[in-house]
Amino acid sequence: MSEWLENHLPKVVLAPSFIAVLIFVYGFIGWTAWVSLTRSKLLPKYEIKGFIQYERLFDSPRWDTAINNLYIFGALFIVIAMVLGLLLAILLDQKIRVEGAIRTIYLYPMALSMIVTGTAWKWILNPGLGIESMVQGWGFTNFKFDWLVNPDYAIYTIVMAAIWQSSGFVMALFLAGLRSVDGEIIKAAQVDGIPTWRIYTAIIIPSMAPIFLSAFIVLAHLAIKSFDLVIALTGGGPGYATDLPATYMYAMAFSRGDIGQAASSAMIMMLVVFAIVVPYLYSELRAKND
Amino acid sequence: MKRFVFATASTLAVVAGTSVLAEPQAEVLHWWTSGGEAKSVAVLQEEFASNGGTWTDMPVAGGGGDAAMTALRARVLAGNAPTAVQLKGPAIQEWYEEGVLADISSVAEAEGWADVLPASIAGHMMCEGTWCAAPVNVHRVDWIWANADVLAANGIEMPTTWDEFNAAATKLMDAGVIPLAHGGQSWQDATVFEAVVLGIGGPEFYQKALVDLDPEALTSDTMVQVFDQMRMMRGYVDENFSGRDWNLATAMVMNGEAAFQIMGDWAKGEFLAAGKKPGEDFLCASTPGDGYLYNVDSFAMFNVDGDDKKAGQDLLAKLIVAPNFQKVFNLNKGSIPARTDVALDDFDICANLSAEDMGSTSAAGSLLPSYAHGMALRGSQSGAITDVVTAHFNSEMSSADAVQQLADAVANSY
Repeated sequence: MSEWLENHLPKVVLAPSFIAVLIFVYGFIGWTAWVSLTRSKLLPKYEIKGFIQYERLFDSPRWDTAINNLYIFGALFIVIAMVLGLLLAILLDQKIRVEGAIRTIYLYPMALSMIVTGTAWKWILNPGLGIESMVQGWGFTNFKFDWLVNPDYAIYTIVMAAIWQSSGFVMALFLAGLRSVDGEIIKAAQVDGIPTWRIYTAIIIPSMAPIFLSAFIVLAHLAIKSFDLVIALTGGGPGYATDLPATYMYAMAFSRGDIGQAASSAMIMMLVVFAIVVPYLYSELRAKND
Repeated sequence: MKRFVFATASTLAVVAGTSVLAEPQAEVLHWWTSGGEAKSVAVLQEEFASNGGTWTDMPVAGGGGDAAMTALRARVLAGNAPTAVQLKGPAIQEWYEEGVLADISSVAEAEGWADVLPASIAGHMMCEGTWCAAPVNVHRVDWIWANADVLAANGIEMPTTWDEFNAAATKLMDAGVIPLAHGGQSWQDATVFEAVVLGIGGPEFYQKALVDLDPEALTSDTMVQVFDQMRMMRGYVDENFSGRDWNLATAMVMNGEAAFQIMGDWAKGEFLAAGKKPGEDFLCASTPGDGYLYNVDSFAMFNVDGDDKKAGQDLLAKLIVAPNFQKVFNLNKGSIPARTDVALDDFDICANLSAEDMGSTSAAGSLLPSYAHGMALRGSQSGAITDVVTAHFNSEMSSADAVQQLADAVANSY
């Protein structure tokens, strides 16, 4: 008996959460996939009608905007946050004074909720209240900075706010990575008279590849699911110029009573996440099997 | 007092008719949670209690009713619907088609609702010939509000055609006043749009384009003109309008920064709360053109089990449409009573104008549902139109492109 328990205890302990995940994650993914194939409006219906919701989705100019915004936002946000985070980490790594205080300052935005970040930046970027009116108040009356209300540029204001929020976190990740590089190698390189920038580009950064991957995965999923920042900063506007797939899905499901449409957009979002995560998992698992 | 006794007695009669012992119970889902609105609901609550009923309040705030609708969906799917739910327009019929609404025809017929409600508004309360909802109020949407001093200082009269409005706006811009106070939120864009459709196209065109969704009307030259006017309107708005809330736009009219605002009569509440007097400090008029766009709040009655709940439902329906509640509630909320036989002596001149126009447009057949406030179309259709309207308003899109997109979006929304 005790031997059986010993062998099976981990399974018994894990079973409830395993079942919960099975139902509440995979079960509901399946349910959403089913509903996305129906004509559900206000309440879910279960009669399969084919790919009509996906056809509607891809015919909708608003969805096009949302997907394009996701590309712009995702690419700029991930690249700039990583570059900026790495730069900050390298600068902090120069054995400077009060490093702890500076690190905290940079990391602090991460402690704010996206809603707070969005609201603060909404005021900073508002042409009548923020930067534009301040600079105009200094006498530069031709100064214009109206990205927030300009449909062509509004998406970049979301990129700005998101980078401000997350680059400190990326910095912390990279700083940990920098500190974990073997000091002996660096000293050896210094003895050989290799310049510092070469030490970074040729030794330290390449040895941090796993950190880059983690940072990328964290930022990518933040980008795809970002919702609250858009709602607080622009409300999806002007017009629907800053809609992202998540805000599109919310509008369909909760404002318009179009559950089928919301389900189909949710499935597409999931496929985008899979396209990023599956190769990562695959490479991770393969590395362990080798 | 006499009236109260009578009301109580007749209520008892209704209650006795349905069940002998059951005490009326009602669980009411609504999203009237802000100051004036909460006060208005409290009136109904008190009346319900004084008629021997037990009221279970279920306020769900947030998202202009989105949160409440989510709660309702969950309750209906769980087979435990609330007694009455704040619903309006075609959403009532949508829920009826899901087979969850109750029939309150017995109350409606006993109270003679058909005689006191305008026909087009009564139409929203009926589901395939039976009464399934009770109207609370009528908001007029096609109002234009103006700062009286600003107009006087610039020698401008309240415009009665869109050409006059454009001329007035040009004059105001030259004088350095923002002609139109507006908030760049899609529903506000839609509110202006429907006023322009009604004004330029007339009531018949409005009916065809935004109620029947006739593709010919949607792609017609008239619709191109409507979008041309919308492009002009964009020029009359200050550059800082994106995302502004409607009440901030109202404040701009109040303090003379801007001259006009096109907004439903909830804007009046803002003026009154700031101590402004209608006719003196601010002016109200219908937007240029004929017709009347209404936004009617109502309570839909859901299927419930148990005599006590059914009795509560009947009592609630009766009280909502009764003259006393209609009057007190609407005085608090700034709208006008849905029934036409309530004396309006205590109401201000804007409300009286609204009631007068409701009577005359009802007779002329130009009393029309507001599309921007979910009275004319179902969510997915009105949403599709709003997407195009707001995209056009916030970009350089040409009117011809907008009309084409409008037709495509409507066709794609079913």
